[in-house]
Amino acid sequence: MATLSLKRKLAILSDAAKYDASCASSGSEKRNSVGGKGIGSTEGHGICHAYAPDGRCISLLKILLTNFCVYDCAYCINRVSSNTPRARFTVQEVVDLTLGFYRRNYIEGLFLSSGIIRSADYTMEEMVRVARTLREVHDFRGYIHLKVIPEASPRLVEQAALYADRVSINIELPRDESLAALAPEKDVVGIKKAMGAVRLGVDAGREKGRKAKPPPFAPAGQSTQMIVGADGASDGAILARADSLYGAYRLRRVYYSAFSPIPDSAARLPLARPPLIREHRLYQADWLMRFYGFERTEIIGETEDLDLAIDPKLAWALRNRGDFPVDVNTAERERLLRVPGLGVKAVGRILDVRRFKRLELADVKRLTRGVEKLKPFLVCADWSPGALTDRADLRERVEPQQLELF
Amino acid sequence: MQVARLAHETDFDGWRRAARELRAAGTPPEAVIWTIDGAGGLFAAASEDPLKVSRKTAAAFSVPKTFVDLAGKVILHRSDERFSLLYRLLWRLQGEPNLIHIASDPDVARAHDLERGVSRAAHKMKAFVRFRLAQDEDGEAYVAWFEPAHRVTEATAPFFARRFTNMRFSILTPDVCAHWDTRALAFTPGADPADAPREDALEEYWRTYYASIFNPARLKTAAMQREMPKMYWRNLPEAALIPELIAKAEGRTDAMVRQAPTVPSARAVKAALRNSRDAPYDGLAPTSLEDVAAGVDHCRRCPLWRDATQGVAGEGPARAKLMFVGEQPGDQEDLAGRPFVGPAGQVFDRALSEAGVPRAETYVTNAVKHFKHEKRGKRRIHQTPTSGEVTACRWWLDGERRLVRPRVIVMLGATAALSVMGKPTPIARNRGQALQLADQAQGVVTYHPSFLLRVPDEAAKQAGYAAFVEDLKLAWTLAA
Repeated sequence: MATLSLKRKLAILSDAAKYDASCASSGSEKRNSVGGKGIGSTEGHGICHAYAPDGRCISLLKILLTNFCVYDCAYCINRVSSNTPRARFTVQEVVDLTLGFYRRNYIEGLFLSSGIIRSADYTMEEMVRVARTLREVHDFRGYIHLKVIPEASPRLVEQAALYADRVSINIELPRDESLAALAPEKDVVGIKKAMGAVRLGVDAGREKGRKAKPPPFAPAGQSTQMIVGADGASDGAILARADSLYGAYRLRRVYYSAFSPIPDSAARLPLARPPLIREHRLYQADWLMRFYGFERTEIIGETEDLDLAIDPKLAWALRNRGDFPVDVNTAERERLLRVPGLGVKAVGRILDVRRFKRLELADVKRLTRGVEKLKPFLVCADWSPGALTDRADLRERVEPQQLELF
Repeated sequence: MQVARLAHETDFDGWRRAARELRAAGTPPEAVIWTIDGAGGLFAAASEDPLKVSRKTAAAFSVPKTFVDLAGKVILHRSDERFSLLYRLLWRLQGEPNLIHIASDPDVARAHDLERGVSRAAHKMKAFVRFRLAQDEDGEAYVAWFEPAHRVTEATAPFFARRFTNMRFSILTPDVCAHWDTRALAFTPGADPADAPREDALEEYWRTYYASIFNPARLKTAAMQREMPKMYWRNLPEAALIPELIAKAEGRTDAMVRQAPTVPSARAVKAALRNSRDAPYDGLAPTSLEDVAAGVDHCRRCPLWRDATQGVAGEGPARAKLMFVGEQPGDQEDLAGRPFVGPAGQVFDRALSEAGVPRAETYVTNAVKHFKHEKRGKRRIHQTPTSGEVTACRWWLDGERRLVRPRVIVMLGATAALSVMGKPTPIARNRGQALQLADQAQGVVTYHPSFLLRVPDEAAKQAGYAAFVEDLKLAWTLAA
């Protein structure tokens, strides 16, 4: 086999990594390189160093250690039966690229994943070796995200979590039946067990009242990814699955990745891709569950799909007009959060300002992104929507004229 | 009309001094013109007092700290209105002490707008500075040319020093240059792009990465430009690729869709055939405890597996004389894959040791092997399994009973009693005695430890716990 140049390997192994949506570099402990021998810092907020024309942020060097893989997951470009070009990095090559990119301020750190070669343990061991070399030999204090291979032994998963800021295990598909059909070597129980083990580790690390500070165990927690549109799962089923995962494993994030056509795809897959707006609506609904106090059942039934034309909060408000209008000067925080067009920040500002003055429409306008959408749902000192809230054509009035994404 | 002269563009101390004296002198905002002393600049000696107002010092006054912090940031904005806007706010604070909290006030809102612009510029500086490797007499140093949207270089330089503590670097900008020698930050006057290195060997790799990580099947250029505005592009080595990536995206996607699907590689087909031939045969009833442990994970006899992590089989010696049957795994048991390790498990362990029963010599399992729960808020709340679910799972419990063949089975709570006895068996009425079971074993029913955790009345809780310990003792005696 001809030897590939490092540049060619980088092209192959970053191309192979791009279907993982996660690129977050936030939420870890605060640390920097003061007093150390190397470089690197994480200060809470993630930093996106570039954006690709697909609108996704580039924060980490997101690559596979290798795209050789013994698994045959239909939706994956790296499945064993695919004819995609293959490459493999050495541990040292990944370490050097990470440090070289980091010194030039291209990245916040490394997101390393891998195809499965030889065995799950062998592959996981190599990935852990990359992280350990960065941390121990180079005293690298930037961000590291390791993909965990669920079939790897618990000892290796634990080591991964000791060196990495975040670990993730992809649930891949919203329905377990589809996982069995499309990813025959993957086992949903194994995936969930690994997630459970990570949560127990994270919990133990945070236990109060421990005398000795335990070594940080994945301080930025864990996340997962679900592919949307590769099987027939409804949005309701997808969100129910996400809700169950958040509850069970305290995930920081569930990433929804609209299935996109891959080169050399398998015959078992639909060729039509779901509209990107679907992914966007799923994220909005996810946000409502996590930050706005909505239960999944309020947003959508298990077999339903989200309305693509309007956001899920507006859809909820139109279905529940009896809850409106809300008085911006007296309503409690929970009710304000349910007003379409009011975000967490805007609600915070409203509560702050309202201690000192009664809000008028012009005040609300300066505190939010626009008042037109809010008008049917809000009462201010100088505004009441009257019959507007209950008009039959309200949806047409507030519906955005065109989709912001397509 | 008063003219207030400041030493340079970000002269916060000068502004503060002048504003303090102007307000003390009763000069209203509309009567002040703010200018930068042309001859001045950051590195000129600012010898004379720039403010030419009468120096009658009035009593010092205080303003909210939030205002001072806000002003310190707003000063870094490139807009000309910043000094007068801030002075207007300071002036109004005399009569409106809470003004700074009223984010909807037009002046406050404007100040927040400017502050956001400055914060964003600082954030983008952290993101978009691109260092190039240079060699000088002291060895390797990293140098960047950068054009910040606002005057944030000095405020942001400490971030780079914390991040690259052991690396010499310089960030050159038109306003001011920051230098780090691994010990201290130093600042020099603004520079010219020609002062920075022209290239870096690794940029070709970075461009390769940028082009490869881009997914042509999902073009969203507006989202890209919102976060990476064009004003930054000329100093980003990767940005030159953008037009071509966009132009070719659609063609690449079409080609993918047209070309697919392809014939799987022959090597893979062969391997798959081998696998299907050697795959394990799914037997019927479990013939060993290992079978049970492996089997419950993949049990689909009822739908509880969907939201649970794993099936939790029993744990203990294969020839235990005493078997405990609980209800079902809880949150912790579901994650750990072991029975009675959560809060109820702690009560159970304490009672066992008080009763003198060594847990390691007993077999501990549950009537239902998957965690049934509903999600409320952020937590998973336990739900009692239905009799249908209990019946479905009896297949596994019966397997365990058949394999372990205990002399005594302790049923912890009503669900366990239902499963083991095969009929509803009230605890309070049946506890404290040996019951005959169909398979020659004796049964003891008692409370479930988590029931004891929930008894609200303290005296009743004590009594229940004492009875629980007595029942454990009884069972241990029967099994001996």
